[in-house]
Amino acid sequence: MTQPIRRTLLRLPILLGMCGLGVVFATPLLFMFAASFKHDDAIFANLASWTSYVPDAGWSLANYTAIFERSNLPLFLLNSTIIATLVVVGGILVNSMLAFSLSRMRWRGRGAVLSVVVAMLVIPFEVIAIPLLSLVARLPWPGFEAGVLTWQMGWFNSLHVQIIPFLANAFCVFLFYQFFRDIPPELDEAAKMDGAGPWALFFRIILPNSGPVIATAAIVLFIAAWNQYLWPIMVVQGEAARPVQPGIQQFFGRSNSWGQIMAYASIVTLPVLAVFLAFQRQFVASVAGAGIKG
Amino acid sequence: MKTILGRDHPLAVSGFAGPALILFGVFVLLPLLLAAAATFTNHRLVSPEPTGYVGLDNYTRLLALQVTTVAPLRDAAGDLQRDEEGLRYPTWRQVRQAQPELAGYRPAWQFELGQRRVVLAATDPLFYRSLINTFLFALLVLPLQCGVALGLALLVNQRMAGRIFFRTVYFAPVVTSMVVASIVWSFMLNTDRGLINELLRALIGNPDAGPDWLGESSHALLAIAIMSAWQGAGFQMLIFLAGLQSISSELYEAATLMGANAWQRFIHVTLPGLRNTIVFVLVSTMLMAFGLFTQVDVMTSGGPLDSTTTVVYHAVRSGFRQQDIGYGSTITVVFFGIVLLVSLLQRMLLAKGAK
Repeated sequence: MTQPIRRTLLRLPILLGMCGLGVVFATPLLFMFAASFKHDDAIFANLASWTSYVPDAGWSLANYTAIFERSNLPLFLLNSTIIATLVVVGGILVNSMLAFSLSRMRWRGRGAVLSVVVAMLVIPFEVIAIPLLSLVARLPWPGFEAGVLTWQMGWFNSLHVQIIPFLANAFCVFLFYQFFRDIPPELDEAAKMDGAGPWALFFRIILPNSGPVIATAAIVLFIAAWNQYLWPIMVVQGEAARPVQPGIQQFFGRSNSWGQIMAYASIVTLPVLAVFLAFQRQFVASVAGAGIKG
Repeated sequence: MKTILGRDHPLAVSGFAGPALILFGVFVLLPLLLAAAATFTNHRLVSPEPTGYVGLDNYTRLLALQVTTVAPLRDAAGDLQRDEEGLRYPTWRQVRQAQPELAGYRPAWQFELGQRRVVLAATDPLFYRSLINTFLFALLVLPLQCGVALGLALLVNQRMAGRIFFRTVYFAPVVTSMVVASIVWSFMLNTDRGLINELLRALIGNPDAGPDWLGESSHALLAIAIMSAWQGAGFQMLIFLAGLQSISSELYEAATLMGANAWQRFIHVTLPGLRNTIVFVLVSTMLMAFGLFTQVDVMTSGGPLDSTTTVVYHAVRSGFRQQDIGYGSTITVVFFGIVLLVSLLQRMLLAKGAK
């Protein structure tokens, strides 16, 4: 047998394995998108055949129009967009600033703070959820009544209760810290020669040169904020401040139209999938890097 | 570490470090301290009564455990009574009346030992049930998810056309929210019309086969574990992939020269080279497994027969749905202790195994 043919034969099982697992991993999401275009009666027909995953004459946007008319989905989408955007912007700012002070400034207690940040990496959110609930119930929030500043007790049923506790993120601090540590110190020296203080150095030189890590932090923060579920079901009761994940859970409980539930699920999933596909390369690189060094 | 800024002005340092440190302090460390304090009180989320100090009551209520043995029933002649399930035993109510010290206890777990029934009775049997379920889930999902992830990484690491495409496909479930994943899988696990049972029937050729995945207490946790592994494996795949790529190719070449086949190379080069990666992946997957909540809340609500109630689910039910912050915090604190203990133990064991 000639060498190229042998190589191809050896690789066939690998290719088959990749394709087989690809089908397993893709099917649930393909099922979701396919079902979202189908009439309820057609969803469960021929499930095991590939033909039920390609568009045919029976497909329509009826489920999508129905959920936009029948539910408060647009409001929930708006809430989630506001929450995720502010978490991403605010989170990148405060976490990168802390990481900058840890990696490129000299101060007492720096080592201790760094160990605390690393220790916080292993605290799952579920552990602090209940105590955090009782804390935000007692926090004041400013408001104006007839032009007078008043303090309102409790943060429930608001957007800020879903934003502020999630700005500081130990994993993001760690990502920025690793990246800043590897930026050559000559950069700082040059900036100092020019008379730049730490603020100018950070905002004019360090941040503009940190594109990849900013992209990674943005994806991590965006996915976490968009997919929040446990926290909003505890702190948001009405619909005014409700984000998409509790929204779809509630729709799942109330609706008996499978097609509409799948359309709802598709709309909730698409933004995250799009963000991931757009920044895939930076994301893959940095998540992998964090795993190796961490 | 080298820092060339010289001494930094305290004002500048606090300007940079301050915002995140204040946020960490208020929203991570303060809640942990409050939780520790709340475990000694009967604090409720909304209550007209002032919060009172209750000492260790919450801990006793949560952890109190008694082991008791129950003798089977005998008939008038003194012979053991039997029915189709075996020996007959008195009901728990009868046992409790006979033993006053068991007041307030309910059976958490029981098994037969010889001609006796051993009962572990607790004041909160659901806590022990949820603890067992959480460990069982970790035990199911850990080998499944990490094994699949390693397999995926080995495949995607081959120099072949299309590997970036497949890497994206395997990773797509990770960015899908757990709520959406749970809903989609509820459909796929449907007993009569779901895709999974449909395939199962086609495979074994029996049109009536296929379990009620989420409706039977023996299958529900397994179904959730499979679904969770599907959702999460892509993440561990990326970490394994980076680990694989950090192993020097010279090691492989040397092994090949020495006549090692693919399997021997995997055992003697790949696995030792991945040691740190494996530790990281196991610890992080286990922390995720211990936090199991969303899948249970969406797919089973803790049922059937409490077979999917986890510690976090139990804590949320007490602390949030029943607004009992004191008790919910106690579950949280005990759970936090267990998480720390297990991750320390795991690290120690893995470090030892490497020597």
